[in-house]
Amino acid sequence: MKILVCISSVPDTTSKINFTADKSAFDKNGIQWVINPLDEFALTKAVKLQESQGATVTVINVGDTATEPVIRKALAIGANDAVRVNLDPKDSYSTAKEIAAVAQSGGYDLILCGKESIDYNGGSVPGMVAQLLNQPFVNASVGLDVNGSEATAVREIEGGKETISVKLPAVIAGQKGLVDEKDLIIPNMRGIMSARTKPLQVVEPTSSEVKVQGVSYDSVPARAAVKMVSPDNLDELVRLLHEEAKVI
Amino acid sequence: MAVFVYAENINGVYKKAAFEAVSYAKAVADQAGDTVTAISVNPTDSSDVLYKYGASNVINIKDEGLKNFSAKAFAQAVSEVAEGNTIVFPHTTDASSIAPMLAVMKNYSLITNVLEAPESLSPFQVKRRAFSGKGFMHAKAEGNGVIITVSQNAFGVKENTVSGSEEVKNLSVANEDTKVISHEQSSGKLDLKEAEVVVSAGRGMKGPENWGMIEELANVLGAATACSKPVSDIGWRPHTEHVGQTGKAISPNLYIAVGISGAIQHLAGVNSSKTIVVINNDAEAPFFKSADYGVVGDAFQIIPALTEKIKAIKG
Repeated sequence: MKILVCISSVPDTTSKINFTADKSAFDKNGIQWVINPLDEFALTKAVKLQESQGATVTVINVGDTATEPVIRKALAIGANDAVRVNLDPKDSYSTAKEIAAVAQSGGYDLILCGKESIDYNGGSVPGMVAQLLNQPFVNASVGLDVNGSEATAVREIEGGKETISVKLPAVIAGQKGLVDEKDLIIPNMRGIMSARTKPLQVVEPTSSEVKVQGVSYDSVPARAAVKMVSPDNLDELVRLLHEEAKVI
Repeated sequence: MAVFVYAENINGVYKKAAFEAVSYAKAVADQAGDTVTAISVNPTDSSDVLYKYGASNVINIKDEGLKNFSAKAFAQAVSEVAEGNTIVFPHTTDASSIAPMLAVMKNYSLITNVLEAPESLSPFQVKRRAFSGKGFMHAKAEGNGVIITVSQNAFGVKENTVSGSEEVKNLSVANEDTKVISHEQSSGKLDLKEAEVVVSAGRGMKGPENWGMIEELANVLGAATACSKPVSDIGWRPHTEHVGQTGKAISPNLYIAVGISGAIQHLAGVNSSKTIVVINNDAEAPFFKSADYGVVGDAFQIIPALTEKIKAIKG
């Protein structure tokens, strides 16, 4: 079985998000880059399928050379090889098109992704890849088993969950629960050393069509100063919520 | 050409997110001097509830093959009836699965997590959530058609009754790639993303056995319950309740955080709440800086007392 895992290089979750002075772009100064946490669940799941079913795991990233440390980390976690599409991604569609082009020629049985990236939160790439490849798509997956040419995925739905059997090849977008947080693989020294010699293929993009432009960006406005209420005067808190905030 | 909107239902009954999406579509249509056509799949609810929010035409797709959800099959069905160049979806799990596939089918732009009415219609430009709630992006669609997903609780549900008519479309979309084996829906539990009030708790609760008081406060407020990441990581509460950067992003009218210190990742998921109340015994907890109201003290005394006082005011 061949698995393709899509990874995105995103600001570390503790990052403060700033924009350039003219608000036209995200300010990358001082940012530490990590594998998108939701993609890490997908990658760990793929490595577990590699161990249990002898699958091969290829990671794909659409990004410029700056994303290579994150790709090497994915290799250290256990992917067999990697592909980087040499394009600074501008929107979900252009990213999905590049992934689909690589997937098409690679003949993968399963494509795993995080359900969204924590930077631009498009949540669109996995579904677009599935449609571009004319494959079934399961989003928000919190469980996955593979049995021959079929997968059984559990997806989160509002107020519950649903178990689905899916014919492979398919695209599955995962989140926390696809594997437990405690099962995420932290690369050891052997993994880090072997990652240096694993193949990382760089391919050029196939097109440059962009469908959505980020015109400008805003920071979150600061809230007014907090009003502290004494724990002995909860009547006042209730009054404030009722009369001032009008939320109860 | 009409503005189309996907009116999502659960087991045939429209969701609040559907009313919000229809309200949004009506605002777009008014801006464009146009009308709203809602699309629904196998509803049992009356279309009257969609007229109430501004849909003057409702297309009810009847298709036995769509009794079970499949993103691909639903996208195909919507694609067959949505003829407009603006299609609105709620940002729910199902709709967020359909919309990207539909965008590719139609060769339209897709803008997700939309927060406000559009800034312009031609080109379509709108403010959306980005960086997990740590920033906003003003996104512009290129090309002729646009699909948007509206972030839940952002635009709000707005009554705008119009006279409407209903049309039934019988489709038979192929749905062979996926098969639903089981479907578990917890009854009577408020959906976290739709809830207008959320009571959330963290490690300060000391253990899962102490969640009864959180649930009681939530019950009195008609609220959903949530938790911080460490609490779901250690299994005190299910993953589905985790709010934050890698969990759910929510925008309730009132968010009450109990025993949560307010890490930047947690704030990312909740800072679009309209009013935030923080209750923590640590006066230095960073969350107080992002709160509207704060109480420093012992949650084990404050929560039961607060519950009683809210019960009294709610009569």
